[in-house]
Amino acid sequence: MQKIPTAWLQLKYQKLRLIVALSGVVFAVIIVFMQMGIRDALFDSAVRLHQGLRGDCFIISPSSTSSIAMQAFSQRRLSQASAFDEVEFVSPIYQEFGQWRNPEDRSYWRNLNMLGIDLRQNILNLSGVDENIELLKPSDTVLFDSSAREEFGPIVENFLNNGEVNTEIRNGDSTRKIKVVGLFKLGTSFGFDGNLVMSHLNFLRIVDNREKGFIDIGLIKLKEGVNPDLFRQKLQNYLPKDVKVFTKAEFIDFEKSYWQSSTAIGFIFDLGVFLGIVVGIVVVYQILYTNVADHLPEYATLKAIGYRNNYLLKLVIQQAFLIAVLGYIPGLLISIIQYEVVKKATLLPVFMTFDRAGFVLIATIVMCAIAGATAVKKLQDADPADIF
Amino acid sequence: MKPIISVKNLNHYYGKGNLKKQVLFDINLDIYPGEIVIMTGHSGSGKTTLLSLIGALRSVQDGNLVNCGRELQDTNENGLVDVRRQIGYIFQAHNLLPFLTARQNVQMSIELLDDVLTSEAEERSARMLHKVGLGDHLDYFPQSLSGGQKQRVAIARALVSNPKLILADEPTASLDSATGRKIVNLLQNLTKEQNSAFLLVTHDNRILDIADRIINMDDGRLAKDNQLKTIT
Repeated sequence: MQKIPTAWLQLKYQKLRLIVALSGVVFAVIIVFMQMGIRDALFDSAVRLHQGLRGDCFIISPSSTSSIAMQAFSQRRLSQASAFDEVEFVSPIYQEFGQWRNPEDRSYWRNLNMLGIDLRQNILNLSGVDENIELLKPSDTVLFDSSAREEFGPIVENFLNNGEVNTEIRNGDSTRKIKVVGLFKLGTSFGFDGNLVMSHLNFLRIVDNREKGFIDIGLIKLKEGVNPDLFRQKLQNYLPKDVKVFTKAEFIDFEKSYWQSSTAIGFIFDLGVFLGIVVGIVVVYQILYTNVADHLPEYATLKAIGYRNNYLLKLVIQQAFLIAVLGYIPGLLISIIQYEVVKKATLLPVFMTFDRAGFVLIATIVMCAIAGATAVKKLQDADPADIF
Repeated sequence: MKPIISVKNLNHYYGKGNLKKQVLFDINLDIYPGEIVIMTGHSGSGKTTLLSLIGALRSVQDGNLVNCGRELQDTNENGLVDVRRQIGYIFQAHNLLPFLTARQNVQMSIELLDDVLTSEAEERSARMLHKVGLGDHLDYFPQSLSGGQKQRVAIARALVSNPKLILADEPTASLDSATGRKIVNLLQNLTKEQNSAFLLVTHDNRILDIADRIINMDDGRLAKDNQLKTIT
């Protein structure tokens, strides 16, 4: 027999109250989605460079804490690694901040990330690098990150119109004229607003105060079939303790865990998720509680005519579930739109993933279930003996 | 004939410890199938307490109470609910669910029976509303019905599952006298038609004439048991 859907009919009857309850859930869902989306985008953007490196193992200085705070180490360690049979080739990577002069607004200087690479190996798997690598051979030439923030000037537009852009880079006391000869794509992250790729020779022309033979990342490409985990162990044991060896996965985790645990950022986002859920619980609890309190005589009547307490429990839990699902759907849609807005504004890779959508759906249902389970306590006040 | 309600030596108390106060004293009462009994008495005399005990809405503390063949004094909450399903209740306030239509409110009573088809439940509810004179108000919500109409819906809800026993507490209290009269006549006709026992608590002297028997509650004791038909 098809029973009357009392849970839904009661919710629907007081439309304003339902809308308030749903807005509470929508609000909580959006907060959680935004916090998680931006957090994940932060981590993803922070390791985009790492993911684009065509290497299996990496050597860095133990003093390096993250890509925004790299310490140089002696290139001799990388040469030592190249002596192993398992190694196909090694390649040094130089990395440092430089101040870029906005070519339109020449008094405006802004920091960007400079990468110096050995042009003999194609080590950067980033769109636009391989096809332009030959252009980087002349002195003072660079590739510009087409996803950089617009504060660097209309570089992409000017480059496409004129085929080149000229400006200056400052590092320490020296300023050097450079020429953009191509575009590549890396994207901004919390650490970097823009990126340049150049040959290591040109890099050292700009960074002229660097001690000779010191590099920031040592990339190691292994021969086919070599297990990177075993080789990493072997190399670490062989090399002195003045360098650290990572596999690619460890190198990525190293960078992510810096942002997660060594900065307040990870904690702040987790706190945001937590607060969003708390707000949701409180709003849904309030609505369910007043719903029960206002309908006590009706619930007592239902008990009097022969309905069991379980029926009323189910009614409230069903309402909690309905509120969860009905609030989640608009929350999801608004969040997808919000992601686009954030992506445009920050150039961070914010996007909805299936996993996250599923996680938040379950979190929303759990949130409403907690609120419902708390509100049903009020049902005990529905005493059928009171209504005669 | 066996009584449908049999109350023997029933006592009831409110409160605990020093505040414990006896509200019912040694009640003895039998009600037979098809009988209309009116219980009178001033407010606070314990009428409503007795009614809620008979209706299995309250647990029996002391004494014996048999309802529809079931001993209520040793029945747990689940058993009490089973007894409630055999009873039709009419309250002073109509207590209709505001978010359900007249028909859905009546149908809530039928849904307690397990083996009824949806179409049959709808049809029975509609038929019952026809009987109480609301055949053209099936899909109205309580807020758009008058006081008398709401009480008719409540009567339909109480009677739709053919209960053996109907309990009513001041069903005319919130109605004007003409409407109240109509409601009482309706209740009289329907309970006779279904051969249900009907226990009615009221202050309203104008409706005493429908009773087969009038009992009077005074300070927690049943004072008199008048055979009305023999008096008049």
